[in-house]
Amino acid sequence: MTDTDTTSTGTPTNTDPTRDRGAADSVAFPQDRTCPYQPPAGYDPLRAARPLTRITLFDGRPAWLVTGHTAARRLMADQRLSTDRSRDGFPATSARLAAVRGRRTALLGVDDPEHRAQRRMVLPEFTFKRAAALRPRIRRIVDERLDAMIAQGPPADLVTAFALPVPSMVICALLGVPYADHDFFEEQSRRLLRGPLPADTRDARDRLEAYLGDLVDRKRQAPGDGLLDDLVRRQSADGAFDRELLVAFAVILLVAGHETTANMISLGTYTLLTNPRRLAELRADPGLLPDAVEELMRVLSIADGLLRMATEDIDVDGQTIRAGDGVVFSTSLINRDESVYPDPDALDWHRPARHHVAFGFGIHQCLGQNLARAELEIALHALFDRLPTLRLAAPADEIPFKPGDTIQGMLELPVAW
Amino acid sequence: MRIGIDKDTCIGAGQCALTAPDVFTQDDDGYSTLRPGREDGGGSALVREAARACPVGAITAEETEDAGAVPFRTPGDTSRVPRPAALRAPVEKPPPV
Repeated sequence: MTDTDTTSTGTPTNTDPTRDRGAADSVAFPQDRTCPYQPPAGYDPLRAARPLTRITLFDGRPAWLVTGHTAARRLMADQRLSTDRSRDGFPATSARLAAVRGRRTALLGVDDPEHRAQRRMVLPEFTFKRAAALRPRIRRIVDERLDAMIAQGPPADLVTAFALPVPSMVICALLGVPYADHDFFEEQSRRLLRGPLPADTRDARDRLEAYLGDLVDRKRQAPGDGLLDDLVRRQSADGAFDRELLVAFAVILLVAGHETTANMISLGTYTLLTNPRRLAELRADPGLLPDAVEELMRVLSIADGLLRMATEDIDVDGQTIRAGDGVVFSTSLINRDESVYPDPDALDWHRPARHHVAFGFGIHQCLGQNLARAELEIALHALFDRLPTLRLAAPADEIPFKPGDTIQGMLELPVAW
Repeated sequence: MRIGIDKDTCIGAGQCALTAPDVFTQDDDGYSTLRPGREDGGGSALVREAARACPVGAITAEETEDAGAVPFRTPGDTSRVPRPAALRAPVEKPPPV
């Protein structure tokens, strides 16, 4: 990491009069995980500070960290917390995120009523029913990737052979983005989310916007049958063509549509392979898969650190979040609130994992969650069904995974069978 | 049971249809709607669970006088809720992760 050392931020200069619970307010957030599917050991003081506490961000700024389940659900649904990144003082968890804070971000970066209008434009493509209808197509993509990986023979890097191409192909098909360009947009997504430098993030964003802008222009001339084509067609018919908005939609749907699911597949596979008793149970009864996927979502909490900024004072549990304060939601800690999930670090799909906040909560709850669930169920089922001897091809504790200040997942996953 | 869906609040997350698929579905625009014939919840114990799963609180469920009692689960209550038989499995002590 060149932009910031998130694990050793020094003593904060926190002079906020509202702070209390001094034990936790010197804790830096985010930190790198030590086990890729457990929160960093450095968050232990934060576990004892529910439902919310003070943390120090990479730039030394204090912010609130929400860690309690009930408070998180209430605050994520509270529209006095804004998600508009262009607001002065909006928090960032890394210098890279700060570098693109002012860019127009569709859906995730706008508040109601604008958000509602934007979500309405794409919602029909992301319903429960639509995800169900896409299942045969997802299954075909999954099988083709596995065929290719098996033909190549072990060992394989599951990230490049399977976890990344599957969601990438699915979102390309759904949006109408040519999969032939996947090397380009996967690489730019990687730079957008992981830099390493803020300049990489800015440049990646520029390149993605230029590429998708060209694509939007081409679709305007000759629309196809993807979601982007549909948006272009509808906007053209309305006479209110907003090219910049369409590009902003395309960026977020393409990046969020493949990165997150790819990480869930790679990290989910790693987690199951390192929990053989659980994996054996799942193999014996694939009917457990929907519950297993929910529990993996809860335990892995790959998007750990959702950002908001208070626009008014908000009282929570005897403390006051002041207008202008940054608020960060630690999904990994919220999803380990012992009052809701006993023995919270254990992977156990017999618990009711419902109501986890891995997809967020409130108006910004993940648009693609139904699609993500379908992809995860199909990918994990086919992978373990077709490769009964699948195993890690390197010592579990030597396989590299992503740093704490981005979406969590495996950097590579050497496997054999 | 009287079930209300505030369509002006609904964001089409689909949590209700995921939680209580016998009662809730999504219309063509993606917004929550009740399945025909299930407007009263059809006695499903999952209706309140679906209301709790809604990320924007768009669903209300009120007992009507003559309806069968459905246990109300308060926030934080983690007792097991009935799940479809296919998903039910014996509980065993989880191994440490």
